[in-house]
Amino acid sequence: MNLQSDDFELFGLAQSFAQDRAQVDARWKDLQRQAHPDKFADQGAAAQRIAMQWSVRINEAYQRLKDPLKRAAYLCELNGAPVNAENNTAMPATFLMQQMAWREALDEAESADDLEKISQQVQQASREVLQKIEQLIDEQKAYTEAVGQVRALMFVERFAADVDKRLDQLEL
Amino acid sequence: MALLQISEPGQTPDPHQRRIAVGIDLGTTHSLVASVRHGVAECLPDDQGRVILPSVVRYLAGGGRQIGWDAVQAGVDDPVNTISSVKRFMGRGLKDVALAAKLPYQFVDHPGMLGLQTAHGEKSPVEVSGEILATLRYRAEDTFNADLYGAVITVPAYFDDAQRQATKDAAQLAGINVLRLINEPTAAAIAYGLDNASEGVYAIYDLGGGTFDISILRLTQGVFEVVATGGDSALGGDDYDHALADWVLGQLAAQSGSVSNVCSNLGAEPQCASSCANFGSSNSRSPADKAALKAAARACKEALTATDSVTFSAVLTGAQVTFDVKRSDFDAATSALTARTLSAVRKVLRDAKLTVDEVKGVVMVGGSTRMPQIQQAVGDFFGQPPLNNLNPDEVVALGAAIQANQLAGNNPGGDLLLLDVIPLSLGVETMGGLVERIVLRNETIPTAKAQDFTTYVDGQTALALHVVQGERDLVSDCRSLARFTLRGIPPMTAGAARIRVTFTVDADGLLSVSALEQTSGVEASITVKPSYGLGDELITHMLQDSFASAERDMYVRAIVEARVDADRMILAAQSALAADGDLLNNAQRAEIEQLMRQVRAACDLNDAPAIEAITAMLAKGTEAFAALRMNRGIQNALSGKNIATI
Repeated sequence: MNLQSDDFELFGLAQSFAQDRAQVDARWKDLQRQAHPDKFADQGAAAQRIAMQWSVRINEAYQRLKDPLKRAAYLCELNGAPVNAENNTAMPATFLMQQMAWREALDEAESADDLEKISQQVQQASREVLQKIEQLIDEQKAYTEAVGQVRALMFVERFAADVDKRLDQLEL
Repeated sequence: MALLQISEPGQTPDPHQRRIAVGIDLGTTHSLVASVRHGVAECLPDDQGRVILPSVVRYLAGGGRQIGWDAVQAGVDDPVNTISSVKRFMGRGLKDVALAAKLPYQFVDHPGMLGLQTAHGEKSPVEVSGEILATLRYRAEDTFNADLYGAVITVPAYFDDAQRQATKDAAQLAGINVLRLINEPTAAAIAYGLDNASEGVYAIYDLGGGTFDISILRLTQGVFEVVATGGDSALGGDDYDHALADWVLGQLAAQSGSVSNVCSNLGAEPQCASSCANFGSSNSRSPADKAALKAAARACKEALTATDSVTFSAVLTGAQVTFDVKRSDFDAATSALTARTLSAVRKVLRDAKLTVDEVKGVVMVGGSTRMPQIQQAVGDFFGQPPLNNLNPDEVVALGAAIQANQLAGNNPGGDLLLLDVIPLSLGVETMGGLVERIVLRNETIPTAKAQDFTTYVDGQTALALHVVQGERDLVSDCRSLARFTLRGIPPMTAGAARIRVTFTVDADGLLSVSALEQTSGVEASITVKPSYGLGDELITHMLQDSFASAERDMYVRAIVEARVDADRMILAAQSALAADGDLLNNAQRAEIEQLMRQVRAACDLNDAPAIEAITAMLAKGTEAFAALRMNRGIQNALSGKNIATI
């Protein structure tokens, strides 16, 4: 175990997409109990520095492990299929059509109810993609195919964030 | 004033004795200091038994200062030199202070942080806050008749990097070793959670004098995890005072044209804009009148907590203002403010991906939550009465004291752990004045994020970066934290360099930045020179001018501090050896023990730099050992928990 260990190893978890969120959370807290700089507040600069490095590393791993999208992308990368989102934006035509339909609906939405409806559709779509990802990674070990779904999920999540932003604006 | 205790050479004080660690709530309207005594956190009173120190500093014309209650008394007579609510100016420029026109001060505008012109010349908000912190430090040192080891100071969760840095600078001016800056709602949760042995998701609704915070925390077995935090760093009880004063003046003006001058300069809050409209919005009212109106509004607000109707009464230049105010009037005049807090609550719940039903309890913090309309609105929103069994004025300081006690090592068995988040996203400016976010809000700290940059033209050897904080897409809508230039990039063709810039946010929520050119391995050494804060030079200068050097002998203090640090290092090394000495071979162990002996020997000298130098060597010599110990700790955390499939 060292700072270069992968996230799953660091957290003592199986290298799979399916994870029990409660267990990930509990592991995170167990690890921070050992490593957090506050635990070394009276132990001098050297101990502080090392605690800081570990604590940052544990938080980094936690951010990836708890988030299905980041976890999926990480698993693909660990298994030789990097997502390369910025260089590869090609998506199937049907997917792009649906994205455009959503964007239009978002532009036309006027009330919180309208936005809530869109939000629910998006959540449903997100659940479906996640199921496909779990199948592709955990059952078929088909990482290259999984990358396509991870990219789709990135689009879906970006759209979901835009819906949230509109909801925030309605509050103001 | 406590006397310094100086030991005979060779007789350093017993390092095992309890360290004096306090929690300080540096509030907008008042401040408190608390400490754990006999296992219980309690607020420390002044020599007249009062725990609250009004956050008011008066600079007297003939030299000298009044701090706290004495300054409050003088506020109406000498408003320009009597600075209250200074927290609202910390890390802020003049354009950021919305109520500036209503305040009686002579502001001096500066690019980073405004200044205040007083009888003692221009004062930075950092210096004014430093006076308050120093007063609390002396109170603690008098109480325990010993030097302060360190303090946990609370800040609103919504404070940005500039405001946090300003708070830390103020502590430095006051000669206080900051163990940690923690967020006020988190501190309240510690005091509340430990008192009530709570588990589950809690919302902390914190409405203070000048700031509003809403935090969602998950409490499990001593771990206080902040799930999301939000709020408004410029909304508090002060705004309720101003809204009430505006409403009263608006009513009076509407009743009779003869008092038309009364309303003229209150700068018209949105909710009273119509009633004040006839009277313009010049800012001609005298500082004394502004102070008198604010004081009257505050008294009226506080009285309305217990009664349904009260008379607003203020003596202004050439006019006596009296008006009967019903609680329902007050509620109506401030309903827009209350609604603003609830919309922040909705936003933070969305951030936390939680619904109202999942919140197990709502803790009320801050004196302003005593207002009945707030209790009512929050209760209605969450569908349950808010929890307020701890004194809302004291709860933040008490929580900070508990954390300080643990950080000072006074409570070795304690399993309290705070996992806090960064309240506002950090990013850099990209082409077209847009923000590229690098650290997202509500990410657990400490955290580090790297972003690669490249060069734009052939042979480019420098790269300018502009770091901003905020949630908006345009740089101009975010707070500018720092601008700096990376130099020494080896000349290459455009786009060939790979400059990895790492943003590190420490456990205090403060940012530092480092950069590395990856293809050549050249480390561009950069220091973030904050565009907001005070440079080291300015701080040193202020320190020389300040109470610390005037009232204490700096030389003696330096030696005492060096010895305290040395003792601390020896103690840390001793306990590390006792716990995990088996990780070392004999030679490694002997080396550390030799260094410890050298530190002990150095402590006998009256030479601070020598003590510091050898202490630093011990720190360096134990670094590898610390790494080994951390590895063991991590292994232990996972032992017996690994899944069989690995």
